[in-house]
Amino acid sequence: MPNILEVQNLAKNYGDFQAVKGVSFNIEEGEIFSLLGPNGAGKTTTISMLSTLYIPTSGDAIIAGYSITRNPMDVRNAIGVVPQDLALYEDLTAKENLIFWGQMYGLSGKSLANRVDEVLEQIGLTDKAKDRVKTYSGGMKRRVNIGVGLLHKPKLLFMDEPTVGIDPQSRRAILDTVKELNQQGMTLLYTTHYMEEAEELSNRVGIIDHGQLIAIGTQKELTKQVGETETLMLHISENDDPETLVTAFKGIKDVLEANVVNHEVSVITHSAKDVLAQVVTKANERGIKIHSIDIREPNLEAVFLHLTGRALRD
Amino acid sequence: MLKTFLIGIKDLRIAFRDRAALILMLAAPFVLTLGLGMVTGRFSGNSNNGLADIPVVIVNLDNKELGNALADVFRSEELAELVEPTFSADPEAARLLVDEDKSAAAIIIPAGFTQSIIPSQNAFAPGSPEPAVIPVEIYANPSRPTSSGIIKSIVDEFISRVEEGSLSGQTSILQLMLSGRITPQQAEAAGTAMGQRLQDAPNNDTLAITLNSSTADGKAVQFDVLAYLAPGMALMFLMYTVSYGGRSILAEKTQGTLPRLLVTPTNSAQILGGKVFGIFLTGTAQMLILIGASSLLFQLKWGDALGVIALVLAAVFGATGWGMFITALARTPAQVASVGSAIMLIFGIMGGSFISLDQLPPVVQNFAKITPNSWALDGFTTLGLGGTLADLSTPITALLSMGMILFLISVVLFGKKNLVQK
Repeated sequence: MPNILEVQNLAKNYGDFQAVKGVSFNIEEGEIFSLLGPNGAGKTTTISMLSTLYIPTSGDAIIAGYSITRNPMDVRNAIGVVPQDLALYEDLTAKENLIFWGQMYGLSGKSLANRVDEVLEQIGLTDKAKDRVKTYSGGMKRRVNIGVGLLHKPKLLFMDEPTVGIDPQSRRAILDTVKELNQQGMTLLYTTHYMEEAEELSNRVGIIDHGQLIAIGTQKELTKQVGETETLMLHISENDDPETLVTAFKGIKDVLEANVVNHEVSVITHSAKDVLAQVVTKANERGIKIHSIDIREPNLEAVFLHLTGRALRD
Repeated sequence: MLKTFLIGIKDLRIAFRDRAALILMLAAPFVLTLGLGMVTGRFSGNSNNGLADIPVVIVNLDNKELGNALADVFRSEELAELVEPTFSADPEAARLLVDEDKSAAAIIIPAGFTQSIIPSQNAFAPGSPEPAVIPVEIYANPSRPTSSGIIKSIVDEFISRVEEGSLSGQTSILQLMLSGRITPQQAEAAGTAMGQRLQDAPNNDTLAITLNSSTADGKAVQFDVLAYLAPGMALMFLMYTVSYGGRSILAEKTQGTLPRLLVTPTNSAQILGGKVFGIFLTGTAQMLILIGASSLLFQLKWGDALGVIALVLAAVFGATGWGMFITALARTPAQVASVGSAIMLIFGIMGGSFISLDQLPPVVQNFAKITPNSWALDGFTTLGLGGTLADLSTPITALLSMGMILFLISVVLFGKKNLVQK
């Protein structure tokens, strides 16, 4: 499939601070591409540049054949944006919001009316269309927020952490909507700091940290970077020093790597069951009580941990 | 252009759905007008508009029927509360009182004034020249435009009535002479008698209390205390509305709708233009609703409709300029709200919404010229006194210039703040 988005060394500085440090990646037509990274990694800044809201310090991106720096208006016609925070007029009804935003995308007359009805149906708010947005629940507002981005049937939809701060049921509905849109042929760039969302939705994932794209590929390709490993997560008392254990565990033959993650100790190994007994023994020898142990299969969290030495939620 | 219009309409709709804003935009000025109207006795028929006891000095050098009639108008019971006349025989002394700001105006009725209006018998003789009318001089105090405007209107109305009477009197006398029913010698006596009847006519009650010139259908318009109070209150709360609109520019940024607008195929100028148009629309709607409501409920006559519309548009334009300027200086919507409320009150007081500017010190009167309230109120007073669109060139020009200058400054400030793009 041809690329709908080609990002070339895109960078953004705020004074001396480099928010995005020259990222490059492509998105093919029809795929869901996730930018996965912790808060402050540069995801929103990247999307803001791609959607022409922020002017890049350097680099460029081509969206549907148009440069974000040279043809911003053409780019805006080609993309839809669902911002992280709600961006709606709460004193207007859902329908009035959709009509207004549709007009801003150049829709009018019957095509606008039809499209508004379709989107209301799609986000499941036809019955509540004439209620003011301020009377909606958080999840309903999120759905309207998404609906606005869909009105003009964009070729590429940017969704910036659309599930932040909502209940599990609404989150599930949004993830299902994303998959449905993709099945209908829409290409999506989805940012998140939830590993599970990236794993569930994405064809490919870019892992971003401190403004740099540190890995990119399918989930399988990324987890391969960690190898065929398993991760033991040891939860210890707040009063005990996890660094003591890290030092001790690094001496165990089959342990590949040991780190402290949020006062927990992570141990990466080829076989969890082979090192489990030694890990417990080392902890007992140092008088440290282990409250619980999780054994985790390789996943994007492990990849991030492997690449940065930190957990995604840090 | 279409998007600018659509953004403006959207803002108008949002403003009229905000109950708190509606209270301040519509209910507050209406209730305050009602309250002040009651205090001033408007609704009990005992009117006191804050323009009471306007000092005026009258020099009657004519001392004949019409000169005396004009002087009597200012002595009449109906004007006793409104004007405080003093009489002098010396025109220079009268002018000096005005120069020293002790009087709002001097009315100098020249010798021969009556004679120039009611001609002698010779005027009707064949081939005699048209008698030249000797004008009454009004020496107005420029620092008291409203008060002197009222005095001028009283005199204008009197002159207008006399001219109507004179014209019809002359026509009648001419007809009588041509038909041979009276001789030229009898014509002067007939004219004097007609002048006297004019002065004594029952509708001269209206003449005596009328502060305004006649309307097109010849009926007199009475000056109404609410014609001063209602625009004063409406203009004061117009400043609230424009600051509310300005606040919405910054609010759109914080609530995320401005960034969202900027990623639609809509340019910054369209968005800013739309926001300005929204403020303008909301302010215009507010003014027109208040004017409509006060006309219906208080039977208030605002004057020449074309003039009212032109003045409302100019006043809202000038006020919108202030709204934009306040917004351009502020960092947050809360700052716009605080500064806007303060300016609403300061401009309301200094612009004459509560007290006639004539009663304020000259320094304040000069300061008032930066307020849209002052210019617009001046215009509404002119309309209330029977003026038309043609009489509004000064306030309208001032308001439009004010708006334009403030817009330009605001655009520069918005550019420096980089409100729209990072």
